[in-house]
Amino acid sequence: MKYVNEYRDPELGKKLLEKIKRDSHKHIRLMEFCGGHTVAIFKHGLRQLLPSNIEMLSGPGCPVCVTASTDLDRAIAMGKLPNVIITSFGDMVRVPGSSCSLQKAKAEGADVRIVYSAQDALKIAQENPKKSIIFIGIGFETTAPTIAASILQAEQEKIKNYYVLSLHKVCPPIMKAILDLGEVKLDGIICPGHVSAIIGARPYQFLPDDYHIACAISGFEPVDILLAVDSLVEQIESGQPRVDITYRRGVKEEGNEAALRLMEKVFEIGEADWRGIGIVPESGLKIRPEYEKFDAAKNFKVKIGPGREPKGCICGAVLRGVSTPLECKLFRVTCTPERPIGPCMVSSEGSCATYYEYGGRKTNR
Amino acid sequence: MCLAIPALIKSIDGQQAVADIEGVTRDISLQLTPEAKVGDYVLLHTGYAISVIDAEEAAETLKLLREMAEAG
Amino acid sequence: MHDLIESFLPELANPILDKLDDSAVFEASGRLAFTTDSYTVNPLFFPGGDIGRLAVCGTVNDLAMSGAKPLYLSLAFIIEEGLPVAELKKIIISIKKATEEASVKIVTGDTKVVNQGSADKIFINTAGVGIVPEGVDISAANARPGDKIIVSGNIGDHGVAVLSQREGLKFNTPVPSDCAPLNRLVADILATSKKIHCMRDPTRGGLATTLNDFAQQSNVGIRIIEDKIPVDKAVLAACELLGLDPLYIANEGKLAAAIAPEDAGLILATMKRNRYGGKAAIIGEVVEEHPGQVVMKTSLGASRIIDMPVGELLPRIC
Repeated sequence: MKYVNEYRDPELGKKLLEKIKRDSHKHIRLMEFCGGHTVAIFKHGLRQLLPSNIEMLSGPGCPVCVTASTDLDRAIAMGKLPNVIITSFGDMVRVPGSSCSLQKAKAEGADVRIVYSAQDALKIAQENPKKSIIFIGIGFETTAPTIAASILQAEQEKIKNYYVLSLHKVCPPIMKAILDLGEVKLDGIICPGHVSAIIGARPYQFLPDDYHIACAISGFEPVDILLAVDSLVEQIESGQPRVDITYRRGVKEEGNEAALRLMEKVFEIGEADWRGIGIVPESGLKIRPEYEKFDAAKNFKVKIGPGREPKGCICGAVLRGVSTPLECKLFRVTCTPERPIGPCMVSSEGSCATYYEYGGRKTNR
Repeated sequence: MCLAIPALIKSIDGQQAVADIEGVTRDISLQLTPEAKVGDYVLLHTGYAISVIDAEEAAETLKLLREMAEAG
Repeated sequence: MHDLIESFLPELANPILDKLDDSAVFEASGRLAFTTDSYTVNPLFFPGGDIGRLAVCGTVNDLAMSGAKPLYLSLAFIIEEGLPVAELKKIIISIKKATEEASVKIVTGDTKVVNQGSADKIFINTAGVGIVPEGVDISAANARPGDKIIVSGNIGDHGVAVLSQREGLKFNTPVPSDCAPLNRLVADILATSKKIHCMRDPTRGGLATTLNDFAQQSNVGIRIIEDKIPVDKAVLAACELLGLDPLYIANEGKLAAAIAPEDAGLILATMKRNRYGGKAAIIGEVVEEHPGQVVMKTSLGASRIIDMPVGELLPRIC
């Protein structure tokens, strides 16, 4: 595949590793913010290959993992309403809310359909005019513009039975929130490549400026990630942190202005409830009043109980980078991908699922 | 953060396009990348192109990488 | 009901079935292999196949994986009221073609029609009987250190073909399902060498599940090399698109085996000469270390554990 295989070249990967080993002297802690990076790092065995003075921590960049129980409960409750079709990305359907999951609700009779794209949900809305199609909107700034686009398309094509439950969140505020918690001391952050394709590099500037943290915006192939680590090592060793775009083919300094405009048009910033972390101000996207008629939260009132987190689950600590799944008493014992207890195990790119699938048996840092 | 894969734009019809990845094709939206042209590669995320891949930058990155590999 | 049965009997006609007795009665001697499976695939029709072809090949292959020569199948339908007759006819023709290709006969069957909502269009059950030749002892518990791991061709074709037709995911794949009867391939292999220790068709859960079964039931380690695993680039692309791993995707016309190393080269050559083994490849070996675990060497040279699949494979966005 073009623009993929070249960045899986083992020779280039090996050379980058050698360079990193040569140039890296300090003991440093890097966080890969994004779940997609966690998966890629494990899949290609990069943790094993990096020198031992580079410690890698996984961050909360898994939109599935950080969806609050109550938000999920709300989606499930909507699914149980008559004449409602819930459409969702595949990642969400097995995540346990307080007592149920979308998949379980489906087994109990709710109409829940997995879609690859918001456009597929629009199609379902057009084919089922007597039903209400509610799309569960999860994802960060990579996905939010696509949902905004789908709402604008619904408006243009006069699709009146399409709704979005916006559970979208944004990245830079949560990065700040985690750092302000003071639980983790980081030297560098591997910044999410596709979020950055939309938002560009500027929103991360506060990290080197206010926190003296090195940043590298990375792609998802092994060579991309090693290039980012190499940049972070250079920045940290020289004591000159900045925001470096190493994913140059995908990310522009200013981001994708058309996408940002669409997002601005449909969404406004509000607070969001991050599972395992709590309410973080200005970190979520709400549908603007002008597009209220597409807002599932405004159009479908459901009653839900208080959210419940499973006892013993430390997903919160894992998401904040404070603990690894290996330190969880439930990991592999009662919490497995077949019977997940917390969101980090259900989401295919949650830390726990990743550790489980790719070798969490041995200690993997 | 999310899964986006490079895809080739084969044809465009208004705001929709046909994307091709090694022979796998799908209808996608160009609402976020109105500037995309036939023959461009885009990053495809959940059926929407989120960015047009900068071929020059890609070539430049690879060139630098290969130079580094030779020097090292 | 009678009409339905009457309408498809001519397609599948053979002396035993034509008798329409309550049981099929036939002679068979030797070690018998016996298997059953039910088929509930959705959608019913996909590039390269349909539920009918699947129902025949799946059961023929289960027999073949024990080294058996498949002889007879039973065929039972549970049909949801309202299934278009044209679709049923298509499925039956497909079944007929598959039985002809596999040289097996359907000797007994049953049809039930249930109310709308009690079944999803059509479910098919097939059971099969075959004879295992002398000297053949294939079991997932027979792998030993030193054995080579071989696959008969590209992995992931079937699962991707089926997914491409699912509502909500629709895409076009140039690679059809690999659904095929493998009994001739297995017969060719056994004619070359009987030193086949383990053999299975990696259906649900993919190659990863099959290799884990071998490792766990034989209590051995398995090491495979990522670069040697044959995957069609379009299948790889579809997997990248959906965030899936080809190692976990179903195959319906492939086999994976653990074979004695001294015969590996010969067996590989034999497989490549068969129409369903053209892309066969040796992808790894059985080792003493890490018993029960499958470990893969990645392109970059790191090792990664390939575990059993984690629940149902769901396309992901992240």
